[in-house]
Amino acid sequence: MTPPISTPSINWLAISPEIALAAAGVVMVMLRSVLRRRPITMPLCVVVAISGVVAAGAVEYRLWQVVDHHRAISTVAGMVRVDLFGIFLGVVVLGATLMTLLLSVAYLRREGLDAPEYLALVLLSAAGMLAMTTANDLIVVFLALEVLSIPLYVLAAFDRRRLSSQEAGIKYFVLGAFSSAIFLYGVALTYGATGTTSLTGIASFLAHNTLLDQGTLLAGIAFLLVGLGFKVAAVPFHMWTPDVYQGAPTPITAFMSAATKAAGFAALLRVFGVAFPLYRADWRPAVFALAVLSLVVGSVAAVVQTDVKRMLAYSSIAHAGYILIGFQTATSRGREAALLYLFVYSFMTVGAFAVLTVATRRGDDRHSLDDYRGLALERPIVGGLLIFFVLAQAGIPFTGGFIAKLEVFSAAAQAHQYVLLVIGVLAAVVTAYFYLRIAYTVLTPGEETSSAKPLETPRRVDVWSGLVLVACAALVLVVGVVPGVFVHWARDATFLL
Amino acid sequence: MTEFYRQYLSVAVLIGAAALMFGAMLGAGRLLRPNRPQPEKFITYEAGSDPVGGWGQSNVRYYVYALLFVMFDVEAVFIFPWAVNLKSLGVYGLIEMAVFIIVLTLGLVYAWRKGVLRWA
Repeated sequence: MTPPISTPSINWLAISPEIALAAAGVVMVMLRSVLRRRPITMPLCVVVAISGVVAAGAVEYRLWQVVDHHRAISTVAGMVRVDLFGIFLGVVVLGATLMTLLLSVAYLRREGLDAPEYLALVLLSAAGMLAMTTANDLIVVFLALEVLSIPLYVLAAFDRRRLSSQEAGIKYFVLGAFSSAIFLYGVALTYGATGTTSLTGIASFLAHNTLLDQGTLLAGIAFLLVGLGFKVAAVPFHMWTPDVYQGAPTPITAFMSAATKAAGFAALLRVFGVAFPLYRADWRPAVFALAVLSLVVGSVAAVVQTDVKRMLAYSSIAHAGYILIGFQTATSRGREAALLYLFVYSFMTVGAFAVLTVATRRGDDRHSLDDYRGLALERPIVGGLLIFFVLAQAGIPFTGGFIAKLEVFSAAAQAHQYVLLVIGVLAAVVTAYFYLRIAYTVLTPGEETSSAKPLETPRRVDVWSGLVLVACAALVLVVGVVPGVFVHWARDATFLL
Repeated sequence: MTEFYRQYLSVAVLIGAAALMFGAMLGAGRLLRPNRPQPEKFITYEAGSDPVGGWGQSNVRYYVYALLFVMFDVEAVFIFPWAVNLKSLGVYGLIEMAVFIIVLTLGLVYAWRKGVLRWA
């Protein structure tokens, strides 16, 4: 009789959010198998999907209460660490997931894509993202990265009739798999240098030992940065972003730009903040370069785009640059700014893509600037919301976008990163140009002589998409008007160790 | 011969035995089988599907089968080490593996109900 292998104790509450989402996904696949294509299948699956997200959200709320006052839960042999940081970004992910689901209901019906698989894949991907926000081990980070990516590859190509959607799926898959491999190589090198994959283990090893040869570890850190840089679409690892954002079904673009970015930055902030704080001097210059490049390329390339989805894709790259500024400072203040920016950015970008979803007609392929000409005149509310969301992204006062940028800039100033500060402000000016261009286009009447027909839009916005639009607009506005409480939450959540 | 090299002798013997057996089987087949070349024997798949037409040499439906195969392949990778240590893992291990197998089975049920197992 061999001695029993001790199995790690598991705090089930701590991993319940992931389980709730994954279980809802499995239930939906089973409903699809048992009921097949009955008319009841899809509504039932929507209910299951939304209750899965709501259940996960309820657990996150409970965890917030348990974990409050900086008592993190470390479970599954220290591989999962539930702290306020993870819960904050988990809530952002769940919020974006809920918005995506609500937005998708009418979209799928309009496009004739009604399939429970779509909802199941969204939930499975969200489960991976949640796992990423609380991962305290490089292996778990990698697993979460794959769990969140693989459903997204399929979702990007979900509109099979549209060639651009297939293209998006293939491009995302090839580059995503490539970046996963790079990340895994980084994990291997880091393990080779430190003898552990646990983030806290790496930190304590590096605190108590001096490496004679730092090459392996530095290469590992660089590969980890590259792998995660792909996921958050930081220049020069952004090549896939415009094509994938443009080709993917618009609700999925919203999901990718909000939730995936939150999960990617969760991993970046945690891996570098927990495991490599002592190597700050080595990774900060690299992040500096990423931030500058993202800001410059994202804002300048967006100016010359004629497709609104592509424009917003480049603007999301520029936003990643702002979040990287907060990350680069490597201070608690910078983390707070990054977290607040992610929170606000998620709802601004989901709101903007939600407008694109309801404003276009069946086919989801007419997103050129000309197609949006006169939208605000034909449909004042939808067009007005688009103007609101792009102006919020530009960072005008009394919107969340302003507060987010202000926090990032003041964090940079406090860390004496004046070069980043100046580049960030200049990039904000450049991005304001194309955000205003969108707003201007939406407000000018379409010319009758132009070859592009004006958007033939359904007159009514369905109730769920309307709810998403109102909720996003309200949140962005509330953060802008009473930022104190959100800044306070973000400050609570910066505590990593 | 040192002890170190002697340990590798068994490997060499195994390689030799394998080559002998392989050669004997193929050689016997070569001597015994009738030789009737037909053009059909040279097409990529003889599983009953005609590879002519389309872009690729393989039918896309093979892809689903490959996927289902991988499903059980990976399952086997996990089950063998688990089975060896079943006693020491105890009830916890039993439940873990049950959950794993059930989720995989649900995947098979999904594929079955979707009709991918029927070749038509």
